[in-house]
Amino acid sequence: MQANIERIRAFIFSNFLFDADEGTLDNDASFLEQGIIDSTGVLELVEWLEETFSMKVQDEELIPENLDSVNRLTRFIAQKTA
Amino acid sequence: MCGIAGYYNLQFPPEISLSLLERMIWPLRHRGPDGFGFFQNEHIGFAHARLSIIDLEGGWQPICNEDKTIWVIFNGEIFNYIELREQLVRQGHQFSTNSDTEVLVHLYEEKGADFVKELNGQFAIALYDSRNKSILLARDRMGIRPLYYCQYKGRCYFGSEIKAIFSADPFLPRSIDPQVLQDIFTLWSPVGADTIFTGVLQLQPGHILVINRQGVGIQQQYWDIDYHGMVSNASEDELVEELRTLLIDSVRLQLRADVPVGAYLSGGLDSSVITSLIRHYTTNPLRTFSVAFEDAVYDERQEQAEVVDYLQTEHDQVVCSYTDIAEVFPKVIYHTETPIIRTAPAPLFLLSALVRKHDYKVVLTGEGSDEILGGYDLFKEAKVRAFIGAHPDSACRAILLKRLYPYLALSPIKSASYARQFFATNVQPETDLLYAHQPRWKNGQFLNRFLSDECIATPYSPVEKVAKSLVGRLEGQHFFTRAQYVESKLLLPNYLLSSQGDRMGMAHSVEGRFPFLDHRVVEFAARIPVRLKMKGLNEKYLLKKAMRGLLPEAIVQRKKQPYMAPDILSFFGATPPPYVEYLLSRENLNRSGLFNADLVANLVEKCRVKARQGFRENMAFVGVLSTQALHEQFVENWREDCPQTLKNTRRVIQ
Repeated sequence: MQANIERIRAFIFSNFLFDADEGTLDNDASFLEQGIIDSTGVLELVEWLEETFSMKVQDEELIPENLDSVNRLTRFIAQKTA
Repeated sequence: MCGIAGYYNLQFPPEISLSLLERMIWPLRHRGPDGFGFFQNEHIGFAHARLSIIDLEGGWQPICNEDKTIWVIFNGEIFNYIELREQLVRQGHQFSTNSDTEVLVHLYEEKGADFVKELNGQFAIALYDSRNKSILLARDRMGIRPLYYCQYKGRCYFGSEIKAIFSADPFLPRSIDPQVLQDIFTLWSPVGADTIFTGVLQLQPGHILVINRQGVGIQQQYWDIDYHGMVSNASEDELVEELRTLLIDSVRLQLRADVPVGAYLSGGLDSSVITSLIRHYTTNPLRTFSVAFEDAVYDERQEQAEVVDYLQTEHDQVVCSYTDIAEVFPKVIYHTETPIIRTAPAPLFLLSALVRKHDYKVVLTGEGSDEILGGYDLFKEAKVRAFIGAHPDSACRAILLKRLYPYLALSPIKSASYARQFFATNVQPETDLLYAHQPRWKNGQFLNRFLSDECIATPYSPVEKVAKSLVGRLEGQHFFTRAQYVESKLLLPNYLLSSQGDRMGMAHSVEGRFPFLDHRVVEFAARIPVRLKMKGLNEKYLLKKAMRGLLPEAIVQRKKQPYMAPDILSFFGATPPPYVEYLLSRENLNRSGLFNADLVANLVEKCRVKARQGFRENMAFVGVLSTQALHEQFVENWREDCPQTLKNTRRVIQ
């Protein structure tokens, strides 16, 4: 779990925040509300999930409840790879 | 078409030598390669670089009135000069040339500053009235031709491009304004009279400015788009007829020139409309030019060929590769004189070179149609958001979104909660004056993240600045016309007509003309009821109806494609241009002090790994690179070596 949190954070930092300041991202912060990810960014995120965790994200799973924060992503990955 | 430059002595001891004016006009020689003209006395100096289009023999400037009390230099065209001249001759004025320029001095004698209201054209004018020792600067209604000015040490300098001002005095401060940089990154345009350079102002479209011994006045607006006026109650068929009649007349008027006139053809509706009207309603030989892309994603050759076949034009194209864009990019920035967040001007730079190669100086284009007739996806998106906001559970939602963004068919907007977020449907169009633009501008704010701490030290909101500057004109309007107004005041003059328009054409001495921006067409379009501008989600509905039978049906029906060029992809091919690494090096970033070097390094790394990136990354990368190029060329190393004496000087009056 913790390892996935770190991987997600690293991905978000290098791809969307371009920032090394760890304090700038709360694990519960909404990517959309904070303007961290836009609509093309969500696709990029899904592509990364599928490649990194060898999983397939279905259309109906493309919802903020699964994808819109570090903690939500962590839970979603845990469910999908369980 | 031409370049103009000059100064007004507010208090400085006058410089009698011509060299100041020569220094100022020299960097504008691409605008007017055919020769120079000067006027100078103890109060003012005027310089003119000419591109001969009307009255090739007699049209040298500056030009004066009968008793030499009024002098003028001007850049642009007065399309109704023949009618104005007839009227002025009847009133007893004596003309010494056949040029359109000369009507300006006589018309000014008749009407004073109000003379601009009589002009149908695209112009930047400087007029000296020796009787009260004042200069009047004037700019056309929509902002087709540029004009800048700057006050420094007892002088007011002005010119068609900022280069003229920077060349006037090597000590004149040159620096990038961090707040305007945030405006451009957020709004894609500066606001009002601002330019990216601190202390340099643009004369706004539809404004005049008086400079006299009391000083530099404030800009006064002589014309504006009026969406508050009467909405037409004519029938749909009557509106279609009136639109077609006006456009035909505008095209006819804009074909007035003593040199051949061509047309740009993009493959989209607007440029096809103009080309078709030339074919069907004038005897002008039809010569067309277009940009093609090696990358099929951006290419529209098939559509262009369809129009060329249908209208039987003599056609040429320039095929543009990633490498071409990267190669010309620094030159493009030399001409835009402002940061850009897309590479889209670069292919247009190559296109004007093609036009010039074929010995054409003038082209008609379809620019402006989307603003005045309601064509942009931004307007469509606002309609969809407003509909979803009012009917959140409507079954139409998914269908509407799919129609709006077919290319995002697989995107998360299918999810109701994502859609609400992306389209901000919780905001009501009535309560937010800038409703249509908010999603775009929110996205733009991402770019500001790359700015240095010093740049963003003072809390500042570009969106509030726009709201404050436009509120009086937006209140009481429908959200659709509000969006049109904002587009017509920001992106149209400050990016499309300048960075993609005047500057790219003039880089190769090519003048663009824009029949959709004839003010009679603009004023008519403002009266079209909103429901007929975009009928349902069918954009530019009346225009399509007006063009039935004059264009292939496939072109009329074609889904609108935004004009785009490859951005990041251009700079990270097999052999990246060396300037990318240089301009984005930590050393250079620190020297400009405008960006956070760590963040930029991470962005560059992401692009290096994979050059196909999202919209925001593309805009951020091009924004940072162009700003660094601008800083390097205009702030750090500004230098134009003017020859001792200018060859081809045709007229000097002292």
